[in-house]
Amino acid sequence: MTQKLIIIGAGMAAGRALEHLFETAPDAYEVTLFNAEPRGTYNRIMLSPVLSGDKSFDEIVTHTAEWYEAHGVITRFGEKVITIDRKAQTVTSDTGDILSYDKLIIATGSNPFIIPLPGHDLDGVIAYRDLEDTNAMISLGEVPNAKAVVIGGGLLGLEAAAGLAIRGVEVTVVHIMGHLMERQLDEAAGYLLRRALVDKGITVKCSANSKEILGENGKVKALLLDDGTELPCDLLVMAVGIRPSVALAADAGLATGRGIHVDDQMVTSDPNILSLGECVEHNGDVFGLVAPIYDQAKVIAKTLVGVDAAFVNKEVATKLKVTGCDLFSAGDFAEGEGREDIVYRDPAHGIYKRLVILEDRLIGAVMYGDTADGNWFFGLIKDKEDISKMRDTLIFGPTFQGGSPLDPMAAVAALPDDTEICGCNGISKSQIVTAINEGAHSLDDVKAISKAGSSCGSCLGLVGDLLGVTLGDDFKMPEKDVVCKCTDLSHDDVRKLIVAKKLKSIPQTMQELDWKTSCGCHVCRPAINYYMVATWPGEYEDDGKSRFINERVHANIQKDGTYSVVPRMLGGVTTPDELRAIADAADKFNVPTVKVTGGQRIDLLGVKKEDLPAIWYDLGKAGMISGQAYAKGLRTVKTCVGSEHCRFGTQDSTGLGIKIEGAMWGAWSPHKFKLAVSGCPRNCAEATCKDLGIICVDSGYQILVGGAAGLDLRETDLLVQVATEEEAIEVSCAFYQLYREGAQYLHRPYKWIAKVGLDWIKGQVVDDLENRKSLADRFHYSQQFYQIDPWAERAKQGKDAHEFAPIADFTKVAAE
Amino acid sequence: MSNFIDIGSINDIPLRGARVVRTHDGDIAVFRTATNNVYALDEYLPGKAGPLSNGIQHDEKVTDPMYNWVFDLATGEAQGADKGKVTTYEVKCKNGRILISAAAVSRSVAAE
Repeated sequence: MTQKLIIIGAGMAAGRALEHLFETAPDAYEVTLFNAEPRGTYNRIMLSPVLSGDKSFDEIVTHTAEWYEAHGVITRFGEKVITIDRKAQTVTSDTGDILSYDKLIIATGSNPFIIPLPGHDLDGVIAYRDLEDTNAMISLGEVPNAKAVVIGGGLLGLEAAAGLAIRGVEVTVVHIMGHLMERQLDEAAGYLLRRALVDKGITVKCSANSKEILGENGKVKALLLDDGTELPCDLLVMAVGIRPSVALAADAGLATGRGIHVDDQMVTSDPNILSLGECVEHNGDVFGLVAPIYDQAKVIAKTLVGVDAAFVNKEVATKLKVTGCDLFSAGDFAEGEGREDIVYRDPAHGIYKRLVILEDRLIGAVMYGDTADGNWFFGLIKDKEDISKMRDTLIFGPTFQGGSPLDPMAAVAALPDDTEICGCNGISKSQIVTAINEGAHSLDDVKAISKAGSSCGSCLGLVGDLLGVTLGDDFKMPEKDVVCKCTDLSHDDVRKLIVAKKLKSIPQTMQELDWKTSCGCHVCRPAINYYMVATWPGEYEDDGKSRFINERVHANIQKDGTYSVVPRMLGGVTTPDELRAIADAADKFNVPTVKVTGGQRIDLLGVKKEDLPAIWYDLGKAGMISGQAYAKGLRTVKTCVGSEHCRFGTQDSTGLGIKIEGAMWGAWSPHKFKLAVSGCPRNCAEATCKDLGIICVDSGYQILVGGAAGLDLRETDLLVQVATEEEAIEVSCAFYQLYREGAQYLHRPYKWIAKVGLDWIKGQVVDDLENRKSLADRFHYSQQFYQIDPWAERAKQGKDAHEFAPIADFTKVAAE
Repeated sequence: MSNFIDIGSINDIPLRGARVVRTHDGDIAVFRTATNNVYALDEYLPGKAGPLSNGIQHDEKVTDPMYNWVFDLATGEAQGADKGKVTTYEVKCKNGRILISAAAVSRSVAAE
């Protein structure tokens, strides 16, 4: 006999509880779901990305009308329950309907706390809680010169402020405490956070007491502080905290304190009424973060079907979803008796890490700027592990523990089974491994089956590692690759250490990283040289002796020891004058073969090494520069004729190709980087097998990445579609920079993508606009040092002349 | 015993660099290592490796740019699994000048 279950509130807690219930017992209950908001469950945590424009509301809806229908849930959205009659086992809604229940779940969540300042009821004073609040902030962004004040410098307030700032609103944050996010951060990290927000144009006032909200015609006008400062505003957002919503439960006579009292089974003082989420109080704790609430959802689903389960409140870690402010905090980091700190600071890069240790146990961690190891530290805190043996290197994270450094995969493999990988959804390593063993062989599958990575996504890198560890050869993750026999470190280790230890030359790197050979070999020298070039633009002096011959002499060596010369032709476009100069040079230097390349360039093959500077000189006179056809770097942008001439062309593909090549030429990368731009989906420029391809369509530009047409054949994947040329160029540069900064030497983009996951890359260059911009900025910064024509330097300034001429020639002497 | 011929200043070859001496019997690669030692070897091991002056140096060895064979600069022996040897020539550095054995640059003459 099907029982009746009524749920009051369709927040994230209720949504997740229903999922678990339907997984175990799809037909046990006939479910009626009330929600005061006129909509079903969405991911409330992701309102901040909606506010900042990184996501649309539709993207954060977790349960659609189709989902409710498929599971037979009767929805009453926009309808509020006003009374509960426990004796009759009925609820009454604001439409007057009376419904009976066998079991009732109260999931009314919380109400934002509104400080009862004078003027708090003025129009334009809002909280930051639901879609309506979010939309109010978004529409403020459309008003020119709009101003907003946010009261509250905690997680929510700062996300609101950052979102408003992105929308073009002038924002001031007013915080009563001495530094931002004082519950999660210590002063130093709070300072860095403040600096980052100020850089975003946000004004931050700490130790500031609000006195009164001033209005005009019933509408908010300004916030008055008790020192007399008046902060004008069109909107005032109060984000000072939440209070469990208990009124309905208290009116029904249920036991309540700060929240609705529940036992370990999530049952209230009435055995037929259960409760979960932000409205409950369990053993004196109330809840505001999603992880423990998802645990409650699991328990409540089991209780409903009569399976034993008990909720245990676990420690949680915090991350801030403000792009460009990467912070992590977990555990207890107040100063105290017997507590010791390990602190790492990198002022130039805005990195701060602090670990708090008590009696050889890690008890707290605060990180700002580089939070990659956050989950690992969090695991150590939860497991109360003895860290005395790794104390010296603890702050560098899991990769650098033990006698010899471990690779990141080994570190992941060594994590205990119950290590929490996905903090949002409370998914442990063993649950992910189980999902993988049951057939989830991609990041998307793991997300769908285990839910890991489906909320904020910051754990997907680790999930990818677990796929690699679990599937072994079946998953295309790079094996443990040490750079070469000169070291036990992997490329990733070396890259990370070069940055962490600020290693700025090859000898210094080999010294500090304990190289086993005195000066490396032909494998590691070029790799380190590249990492130096990529990490320290403008500081590092390129070491030609650590480059393969082609890059050292800026031409391609051929089997007979002669070289080939390929001048650059942006976008594959040339002119009669250039062609004449090429023809003249070919005649003058007896070039045996002139050939058109696959990348739409002209190749002069068979040039003698000592003739190289002279032929470059002649080509340079006609305005041509090196095509860098020899470089582990930007090669060619191939284009079709596009809308200028072609009747099918949707955009000026040739022009875009020229612009991109103009921006990118001269850049070095882990491996060669080839692009193409096609003017329509007929794809005459063959963009779908390039490292980065663009296909123009009527509505914009599809940016495709990770193609290959060499030893491996691989079609590109869609990174993103953008509307304008400017965005296409910015995304391309940002993607290239991410690859340049992250990939290991000699990995083409498709190999790197297989390792880090396309979703992660999308997160970096598609979803996170701030990050996209800073990647592009770093690329352009680097380019100012590398967009120098190497041919001109050698042909006109005599650079590296020793490379081209013999030291002595006895064939001529003897001929005398 | 042998005569030496001055082919240039030590500074004509950068550290970890190499340059070629042209002779009627083929090119000789002259190396200057990171530790400031000079070596002279045939530029090519015919059909197997070279031009060695274009390789990457490390320790007292050079890696061939074409097939990644590694040669010991002092002995000319291929290292590791590769079997082969390039001819080495007497060379020395004196008062900042590089001196190569006369026999090296006029082998056909010397053979007479």
